[in-house]
Amino acid sequence: MVTLMRLGRGIRTTAVWALLLGLAVLVLYPLLWLGISALKTNSELFGDPFGFPATPLWQNFVTAWKQGVGDFVATSVSLTVLATLITEAISLWAAYGLTRVRIPLNRTFTVVILAGLMLAPTVALIPLVKMFQSLGLYNTFWGLLILYTAFRIPFTVFLMRAYMMDLPREVDEAAWVDGASRAATFWRIILPMSLPIVATTMVLNVLQNWNEYLFAMIFTSGTGVETLPVGLAGMMSRNGTQYPVVFAGMVMAALPMVILFFFCQRYLIRGLAGGVGK
Amino acid sequence: MQAPEATREREARPLGRVDVPASVRASRRRPPSSRTSVSGLLWLVPALAILALFVYWPLLQNTAFSFLKWNIYSGQQTFVGLDNYVALAQDPVFWKALGNNAWYAGISVVFQVFGALILAAIVEGLRSERWRKVFRSIYFIPSAISLTVAGLLFYFIYQPRTGLLNVFLDQIGLGRFDQAWLGHGGTALFAVIAMSQWQGFGYSVLLFSVALQRIPQELLEAAQLDGLGPVRRFFTISLPLVREMTGLMMILTVSGAFQVFNEVMVMTGGGPDNASQVLTTWLYHAGFGTNDFGSAATIGVAIFLITLLLAAAQLGYSRRRRVEW
Repeated sequence: MVTLMRLGRGIRTTAVWALLLGLAVLVLYPLLWLGISALKTNSELFGDPFGFPATPLWQNFVTAWKQGVGDFVATSVSLTVLATLITEAISLWAAYGLTRVRIPLNRTFTVVILAGLMLAPTVALIPLVKMFQSLGLYNTFWGLLILYTAFRIPFTVFLMRAYMMDLPREVDEAAWVDGASRAATFWRIILPMSLPIVATTMVLNVLQNWNEYLFAMIFTSGTGVETLPVGLAGMMSRNGTQYPVVFAGMVMAALPMVILFFFCQRYLIRGLAGGVGK
Repeated sequence: MQAPEATREREARPLGRVDVPASVRASRRRPPSSRTSVSGLLWLVPALAILALFVYWPLLQNTAFSFLKWNIYSGQQTFVGLDNYVALAQDPVFWKALGNNAWYAGISVVFQVFGALILAAIVEGLRSERWRKVFRSIYFIPSAISLTVAGLLFYFIYQPRTGLLNVFLDQIGLGRFDQAWLGHGGTALFAVIAMSQWQGFGYSVLLFSVALQRIPQELLEAAQLDGLGPVRRFFTISLPLVREMTGLMMILTVSGAFQVFNEVMVMTGGGPDNASQVLTTWLYHAGFGTNDFGSAATIGVAIFLITLLLAAAQLGYSRRRRVEW
């Protein structure tokens, strides 16, 4: 009887590990394959898709960089950094105003800002194109920067507001007693206390801005300011494509975010949990 | 919300007991919590302005556009009432796209909600914290990569003659199942959906893991002492206690499935012959393929109504009392 139970448990343990490891292979193999294929020649890729390259062709990365990936990276990096920083600043101010200052119609403004969370960007797409065409922002870096900032504010305020509400009320009082103005209270007391949520939202915003495709495709296709996802999709669809070169570009697009995830996992998990759990 | 907050703040105000510096008293400063501050609205101005201009105003305009007919040559706009809506209701591709979104939602709920929940329970059931972390991290990696890059990768994997999937099927002797996965109407949508499950399930596993970790260990240990096996423990303890998270994930997953765009656009563009068309790609096609802004805006209104409905469901859901433990 006991042996039977132990046998049952043994089978179950084996099944669990087989499932978990099998899924891990299913997730990792395509990614490793991408990395290996990025070092092949086109004929190696088609001749023996599962094999290793005779000699790793690091040159593919240089070629990809020169064929436009360098420009895409430059655009993506500056867009991601600027959009994230501006979103953080605007959202911090808003969250501070909503939680630490007694403003009139607080509830109304909270709803107005957070309601943006439920809107699908596609719904605003056609009017935005018209508007940006008439403002001269269509097909510009600045147009994309505005969109990335605007559509990330609700989510960022949502997380920051929840965090700031839990900071003790006494710190504002103490700052006031010490003669600090409201602005000084924000910059010297509340902002430093909110750094953990700033880190969390930054990781989430960087991920989103780096990977965004819809706006980038519609507002910058075929211009000099394509972001990585748009540029890579363009490279892929071009005729006579050297696939390993595109793969090298894809690796350069994917790797920074995977590294970011591994280094900032703690912040990311808190943000994800807070974003859904509240 | 004004009343209870005011009371709390009055109690917290230190005035009576604290030695206020003379400089402060002299400057007639009011404590920050003592009255409503209109100038405090300045903190909100940047956020409100940018949202009003670039989120809410376009949303209103989109509704207005849906009642217009645009002449793409002259740029002239004519009010046509509900014509665009009638045309949309008679458009078979619109219904096809809606159905495809429903498939997307259904399959994603199976894999990314229930599958992910079970998987998270299995991962969290491992004894070694290190392995738990390893699996959670590995499964999440595709979610850190953009859907565009993942889509391009699978576009190649699905290639009919040289793609990894068919070559693999050939090698294990299942060559008869070879397909032009993305080029065939019957498989294109499901090939895209499969990629999307690959890309997104780790994200849900991570979220469910967080929820499962919040369950007090004593409950699970007590159940174990009572002789409940891991499967029974999952159904009698874990599942009820993460019900709220499960409900939210369902709503978010369904809502996301009705907004899906990137992977469809990159992998099939809605083809072949509209077989994998979804609402957003059909909107894109109407707006930028045939330049019919009126009907594109009408599809936009449809997407808006669907997401609004789901958001209302989510709001109702999170308002309900949480399970306390």
